[in-house]
Amino acid sequence: MKNRTLKVDYLARVEGEGAILVKIKGRHVSDVKFRIFEPPRFFEAFLRGRRFDEAPDITARICGICPVAYQMSACHAMEDAFGVQVGQPIRSLRRLLYCGEWIESHALHIHLLHAPDFLGYEDAIRMAKDHPEEVKRGLRLKKIGNAIVNLLGGREIHPINVRIGGFYSLPAKSEFLPLIENLKWARDAALKTVHWVSTFAFPDFEQDYNFVALRHPHEYPFNEGRLVSSKGLNIPVREFEQHFSEEHVAYSNALHSATRDGESYFVGPMARYNLNLDRFSSVAQQAAHEAGLGSVCRNPFQSIIVRAVELLYACDEAMRILDTYEKPETSFIGIAPKASSGFGCTEAPRGILYHSYRMDDRGVIVNAKIVPPTSQNQKTIERDLWKFVSANVGMQKDRLQWRCEQAVRNYDPCISCATHFVKPHIEDE
Amino acid sequence: MKPSRTLVIGVGNEFRGDDAAGLIAARKLRSLAPSDVRVIEHTGEGAALLDLWQGAETVIVLDAVQSGASPGTIYRIHANKKSLPPRYFQHSTHAFGVCHAIELAGALQCLPSSLWFFGIEGDSFRYTVGLSPPVQQAVASLASELANQYRHPWRPRLQATAHRS
Repeated sequence: MKNRTLKVDYLARVEGEGAILVKIKGRHVSDVKFRIFEPPRFFEAFLRGRRFDEAPDITARICGICPVAYQMSACHAMEDAFGVQVGQPIRSLRRLLYCGEWIESHALHIHLLHAPDFLGYEDAIRMAKDHPEEVKRGLRLKKIGNAIVNLLGGREIHPINVRIGGFYSLPAKSEFLPLIENLKWARDAALKTVHWVSTFAFPDFEQDYNFVALRHPHEYPFNEGRLVSSKGLNIPVREFEQHFSEEHVAYSNALHSATRDGESYFVGPMARYNLNLDRFSSVAQQAAHEAGLGSVCRNPFQSIIVRAVELLYACDEAMRILDTYEKPETSFIGIAPKASSGFGCTEAPRGILYHSYRMDDRGVIVNAKIVPPTSQNQKTIERDLWKFVSANVGMQKDRLQWRCEQAVRNYDPCISCATHFVKPHIEDE
Repeated sequence: MKPSRTLVIGVGNEFRGDDAAGLIAARKLRSLAPSDVRVIEHTGEGAALLDLWQGAETVIVLDAVQSGASPGTIYRIHANKKSLPPRYFQHSTHAFGVCHAIELAGALQCLPSSLWFFGIEGDSFRYTVGLSPPVQQAVASLASELANQYRHPWRPRLQATAHRS
């Protein structure tokens, strides 16, 4: 049998610039590369020499889709360094801000970027002609997520109201009232989305993954918890670098993360779901059950259902927080810097985002390390491509190429984040 | 706030060289445009754009493009009548950007009565601040063209240009 190459030189419907190359020799895959060619951006180097309290706003610039995640991980790392714990009102508002980011990010990916793969459309524009209601629903849901980030964060993209220890200012209860009506609609709309995506056809592709996510004693994880895995890991965030490492590969501008044993692992909605199903609200648990999800989901093509259940949860959780909101007397806790190190990890829409910092006695950053979720998923994405193409090597090339792109989008990769970090190219040798 | 009947949206990233062409053109127009014309600068995030132009009658989008033409080439496209070629936007880092927003609005039948896209061919999109000389010249020329030729009432005159271009 002749050799073939599947190639996507510029992967569409992902955030940033990347490509896929799959080489097939005879009936076997000989090489898979998930290339990220967006230029590297050296944020960790920029942070050296800057004051500790600049980290949330500098790192938020890594990504226009998930700036809240960067701000949250930076805040938690700095608060860890200086021994500060914020109170419950600030904790709740951070969760609310994160709900806004999850809603806008998940709504966009489900309705406009990923659904066209399942329904056989080249993009959302072509899909909109046949499915206008679903597209409009996605756009309105995204707008509601944006509204939460705008109100609490000061603006929709790269919010400016977050500071270490809390927020610069806080809205009055009355300012949240219009949001509550919108969130009631959003919760019903998200439930419709769960039902809609659960009717899609999914390739049979269950894999044995090492899922890694935060786990909190009481909450579905956003900001806090221990790092746990489906292979039995259970560690505090500060031990992350003892168990995971990054390596440079020549063909990608993003570092590849792996366990210390060199194994791939899986972060994001499916990891959170599999490790925290019991922490979902009853509404989200019921929706997951009705959508046919079991207690564990191992088919990455079904990540669209899991993402939709998380979208529903984020709307439900935002409602819960707003129902009991009273404006706190103080919006932040002051911090006195000292020579120290701190570690933070929060759940970005795409998975765990790890930050660590070392400061001198004036609070100036001496060293910074940032590990975004897409870097952590790269190795797993390549493994999926290898296994999927190996199992479907006889598939018509166009169809196989389509499935490869879809397989990458299962992870909602954010290439801009990873270069802080795609197209398939399938080649027969 | 009542939406302005005419809205000018300058799109781009001022830290990516010529990608700032639309932003700079909008800034130049802000001081030249009639007072009832609203001029805003935007990142180009598509879903927000769809929301932004709701209620406006005439929308003018100014953005950098990369089609392979000579740097500084100006494209004038009446989006109600002609599709935007996606290849102009190959260097957009947005999963859902300007081109998608305009085309999706068309598919959902929610385009403004008149949406004009003015694209300025860029030369360099590297991490730098400042426009390359041909793009700088094109931006000045486009701002002057819009300010001088399409002064009150903008909409009829813009429609007239559709026949000229």
